Amino acid sequence: MSVEVRIPTVLRPKTGGQGVVSAEGSTVREVLAAVEAAHPGFGPMVLEASGALKRFVNIFLDDEDVRYRQGLDTPVPDGSTLVILPAVAGG
Amino acid sequence: MAARPPAPGHTPLVPLPAFSPGPGISLYAKLEWHNPTGSVKDRPARWMLDAAEREGLVEPGDALVEPTSGNTGIALACLARLRGYRMTVVVPDNAGEERKALLRAFGAEVVESPGERGANGAVEVASDIAAAGRHTMLFQYANPANPLSHYEGTGPEILEQAGRVDAFVAGLGTGGTLMGVGRALREADPATRVVAAAPPAGESVLGLRSLEDGFLPPIFDPAAIDARILVSTADAVRATRRLLAEEGLFVGLSSGAVLHAALRWAERLGEGTLVLLFADAGWKYLSSGAWEGTVEEAAARLNGRPW
Repeated sequence: MSVEVRIPTVLRPKTGGQGVVSAEGSTVREVLAAVEAAHPGFGPMVLEASGALKRFVNIFLDDEDVRYRQGLDTPVPDGSTLVILPAVAGG
Repeated sequence: MAARPPAPGHTPLVPLPAFSPGPGISLYAKLEWHNPTGSVKDRPARWMLDAAEREGLVEPGDALVEPTSGNTGIALACLARLRGYRMTVVVPDNAGEERKALLRAFGAEVVESPGERGANGAVEVASDIAAAGRHTMLFQYANPANPLSHYEGTGPEILEQAGRVDAFVAGLGTGGTLMGVGRALREADPATRVVAAAPPAGESVLGLRSLEDGFLPPIFDPAAIDARILVSTADAVRATRRLLAEEGLFVGLSSGAVLHAALRWAERLGEGTLVLLFADAGWKYLSSGAWEGTVEEAAARLNGRPW
């Protein structure tokens, strides 16, 4: 299950400057673990020590916030796109 | 309370038959540019200033400051001048020229914040000005009168105009609209779903030093919505153009984003009534070229600029 993961500018120092990385995994959690395996140091930026998604991090699977699906257990279909974005103000 | 400008609210709810994906789906749009200064923000601006006056926090002659990408500032500036306040508005420097010109026309002093820091940057600069002690910040991101304006105004209007509502879709900025309307609709029918259309803020926050610099508006409770759909600038432009071509509605870009998110939600709903909130009209976005050239060209021009 290969998916495309879009990395926000603020996290690119952890991915060697890359804005897009591919990773394997059948759930959001597995995909994040695969990115961490390839780019050590990435994981702690988005996940709490408890393994939960950090409050200021939003992850969209094919444009839908995974918090409103099954969170980190949301299944990730082959060929989908994960977008990681920091929470910022609008309005 | 001063009766000028006219009170916000009682905006029309119109059907969008051209966009119904199937016979069982009805889409309606609440046209918020029918408010006195042309956007949904007339509602929270009026509620916030009225509440601050009632509580004795401000009085005519005082100076106000507010961070805003435009609409809240325009609404507050209009009220402020009529009631005798001085108004300073902090906008990201990449906000469209129309907005800055409108703010000045309405009598506001415009202070610019670094555009690459997005709305977060405007919040920081306005907070610094307020901390200096000569300005009061009503602060739409944390002011309970913001969602209250929608709980007491927008929500009941929608219930009266639409009757049954299966899903409500609005843009996510401060969260005020989603929180206030959502609460009013759910009290009437707990099965109503609340869907947020989110702009692609990612590339406009280059100046964010770490994720911990992020900002969640204090009035926004993530548990009070049912979905958040990320809408790309290109998808927002495409839907904005379709609204003009197919329904004759000249909407701002956030309304295009709301339509895009609503159609996505309608796919899984199968049947039901969706109410969409269209926050403003297209005038303030003309200089962005949103209606010129291809969708991709327009999206490239708009990237990183606040909607």
